[in-house]
Order: sequence, then C-alpha cells, then structure tokens
Amino acid sequence: MEIFFQSLISGILIGGVYALIGIGLTIIFGVMRVINFAHGELLMLGMYATYFLHAVFHIDPFVSIVITIPLMFLYGAILQKIFINRILDALPQNQILLTIGLGLIMSNAVMLAFTSDYKILTTTYSSSSVTLFGISLSTPLMISFAITAVITAALYWFLLKTDTGQAIRATAQDREAARLMGINVKRMSIIAFGLGSALAATAGALISPTYYIFPQVGSAFTLKAFVITVLGGMGSVVGATLGGVLIGVAESTGGVYFGSGWKEVVVFVLFLLVLLFKPAGLFGKSRT
Amino acid sequence: MSASNGAMLSITNLDFSYGDLKVLWGVGLTVNKGEIVTLVGSNGAGKSTLLKNISRLVKWAAGSVMFEGEDLSRLEPHDVVARGIIHVPEGRRIFPEMTVMENLRMGSFPKACRPDRERNVERAFSLFPRLKEREKQLGGTLSGGEQQMLAIARGLMANPRLLLLDEPSLGLSPLLVKNIFQIITEINKQGVTILLIEQNVYQSLRIAHRGYVLETGRVVLTGTGNDLLSDNHVKKAFLGM
Repeated sequence: MEIFFQSLISGILIGGVYALIGIGLTIIFGVMRVINFAHGELLMLGMYATYFLHAVFHIDPFVSIVITIPLMFLYGAILQKIFINRILDALPQNQILLTIGLGLIMSNAVMLAFTSDYKILTTTYSSSSVTLFGISLSTPLMISFAITAVITAALYWFLLKTDTGQAIRATAQDREAARLMGINVKRMSIIAFGLGSALAATAGALISPTYYIFPQVGSAFTLKAFVITVLGGMGSVVGATLGGVLIGVAESTGGVYFGSGWKEVVVFVLFLLVLLFKPAGLFGKSRT
Repeated sequence: MSASNGAMLSITNLDFSYGDLKVLWGVGLTVNKGEIVTLVGSNGAGKSTLLKNISRLVKWAAGSVMFEGEDLSRLEPHDVVARGIIHVPEGRRIFPEMTVMENLRMGSFPKACRPDRERNVERAFSLFPRLKEREKQLGGTLSGGEQQMLAIARGLMANPRLLLLDEPSLGLSPLLVKNIFQIITEINKQGVTILLIEQNVYQSLRIAHRGYVLETGRVVLTGTGNDLLSDNHVKKAFLGM
C-alpha cells in the first residue's frame, strides 16, 4: 500500500508538469484548430534556456522561469504572427507540415549550436527528497508542482475573468461569432500561441533539474502532449489539466507495478480505453 | 427619402461569388439614419450573404459598400464593429459554454464600449427580463427563444449605430415572434438604425420604413413598407394571397 501511495503521489507531482504541456497544446488547438507538432520543441527550448541561465548566470532553474516565460511567450507570438497566421485557412495537412517543419528547424538549430550531447543541470537539491508519512517526495518535483499549481490557477483566472481571456474562449467556441463581437481573432491566435509556447517552455524549465537535456528531447513530449489533450478532450483546458495528472499517475504506477519498460504501454492502453468508451475525450464534446 | 444624400449605409453594384457560384448580382441598397429597412426574399436569395459582406466576414468581388462616407473594402470584421455596425447572425451563434452574462460581456469587447458595459447590461435586462433570470446559465442550455433574445441583447452591448439582424424570428413561437418585432421597433426608437432580414415578410414590412425584395441575388423591387405590402408580386410570392 505504501508503494502504491508513493507512486500515486509521484505521479501527481509529475502530472502537474504534464498538465502545463497539455493545457498549452489545447489552448492553441481550441483557438485556431491547429495541432502544434512543434510543442515538444518549444519545451526543449525552455530546457536549454533554463540550462544556460543556470550555467552562465547561475540563476536557479525555478527562479529563471521569470525570464523564460516572457521570452518564450514573445517567441511563440512571433512564430504565430510570421508563420502560423498565414495558414489558418489552409488544409490540415499543410498546417501539420508547417508546425513539424518549425519543430525540425528548432531541434536542428539547437543541435548545430550546442551539439547533441546530453546536458545535465545539477542543483544542490536535484536529488534531495523529503519524507512525509513514510512517503519520500523528491524536492525538485515538489517545488515544480507548487509552481505548476500557481501558474495553472493564474491561467484559469485569466481565461475566466479578464476580457482577453474570455475573448480567447469565445474564439475557441465560435470563431465567426467572435469576429462579429469585434474580436481580432488573429490577435487572439497570437496570444494563444504565445501562451502555449510559454507554458511548454515552463514545463521544460521545471523538469530540467531532473531530466537529460538534449536537442531531440522534444519529440517524446509532443506525443505526450497530444495524448494528454486528446484524452482530456481537444480544446478543453479542464480536460488537459486532469489528463496531464492522469497520464502522470498512469506512468508512475505503471512503472512501479509492471516495470519501467512498461509504463508507456500502460499510458497508451489507458488512452485507447478512454477513446473506446468516450471518443471525444473525458471533457470533449462529440461533434454533431 | 432620398437615396443618395445622407445615406448611412450605401451599397452600389455589389457582386459576390462563393467560388464559381455567383450569389449577388449588382445589388444596390441604402439605409438612412434612423430607419428600419427590411430585406425580404426566399431562401437562397442571397440575403445573409449580403449582411456577411457588410460585416466583412466575406469579401466582395466588385462594387462598393460605404458607411457614413467611408469605404468598407479595406476593413476587417473587428474594424467594422468599431465603426458601430453590429451584425446579429442567423442561428444566434451564442457562445455555448459561456454564461448569459459572459456572452453579454463579449458583446462589449471593443475597448470603446467597455465604459458603458453596466448601463448596456441594464438596458439588455430591461428589454429582455427573461435574460436576467438566466444570468448565470450557460448559453448552450437556453431555449431557442432565449438564445435569440441573448443574441439581440449581445448585439446591443456595443452601442450599435447600425444593427444588422439576420432572421431574428426564425424558429420562434408565434407569441415570441410578435414580441421580437415589438422589441425591434423599440430598439429603433432608441436611435438605432436597423437593417432587417426576414422570412416573416408580413411582419417585417409592417414595422419597416422601407423594404427591398431580393430574388436570386438581384434587387427586383423596392419601396416603402406599405407599398410593398400592397404590391401584387409581393402578395403572390411571399404572402400567399
């Protein structure tokens, strides 16, 4: 039982980070019906930014997000303005090609600049842990979960209470009606991609003390983001939040009970089961 | 009423096609300040398409649309809203997962109308007391009639100078239809100019100052509401007389 709780809690802690990745992807999809296949690469850039801020300026990875977040928001906004806004009315396959291409450019540019060597960001607390009620909790995972919770709460507040946040939700629910409200949907798309990019990069920053950092790290996370988003229901922020935690728990408990080689299998079996019984995802609306 | 001078909205020789399908053929129409103008015609005549051209959801091929002397051809939909032209689309298009209040707030999204938000919410609730009772309910859970009230109320949130109404009575009960037409008249009396599209030809010509009849993308008849009501072609084609 102790092992179960141990893996459950670890799963929830890492699930918070997964939720950030999924929320970013789902906001982008909601607002412009484009699946961002460069999502993992944005996370990878967040990891590298965090790594260099730590290596060069000795800024703690959990502190440097105050630099990484605005920087990556801007980066995402520029990508949207220059590239993605042009293909909003294009065929889905062309949109997929564009975001995959952008992702390839990012990962290869990083490989060219910093080689494909694995980098490790070591902090004094990287491998420390706290024991609570017989459950050992990794310190960096706990800090990252706390940050995740604050950011997610701030994001919910933004989407629910501010005019811009409401306009983003309105655009996601009915793009044409949103235009008739005087909402500049291209501007909303820029904000949405900036947000998605900043959230992915934050996730990258938060896991950088516990993960290897290398140029191709993104692809696994793009897949994960996609699974989380589909599981929760494409376009649903609540769905992505819970989907992220669910995937974290499935991975962690699966790893403990079936061996770490099987944890991905557990995740995808769960994923297929949800799609079998609820094809639109946990919080998705079936298209009628 | 002179069509050329002092027209708030003037459309001349407008051509529009969806791909190879030409929908509007040299359409001309004017709306003067303070008027209710109605555009009637059967399904597929191009009525909704004309409104979408005015609000710039679609871009016309030839001709012009001028609003208070300004050419709309270079504007995006959100610029048109900023000029005070508000389009209440066919099918209500309520944001289904937002509450009634949030839907109303979205109606006053442009920065210039936000200071008047509370006053406009009050106005919306006094025109449609039903919406006040439903304030916290999600738009998607309202009945068809309530959604139509919300769509019109949302359109009023941005201080419209010209309101484009697309089939506001569609799918409503006879009692509610009567109510909606009274409210449209009331809104007009409060100083909002209205361009109304309707399949309820009789009711809309009764409240309109002037009307246009659109058939297969062309204006075939125009006149005052009363003239059109007594016109033989209108009687035969639309009123079943």
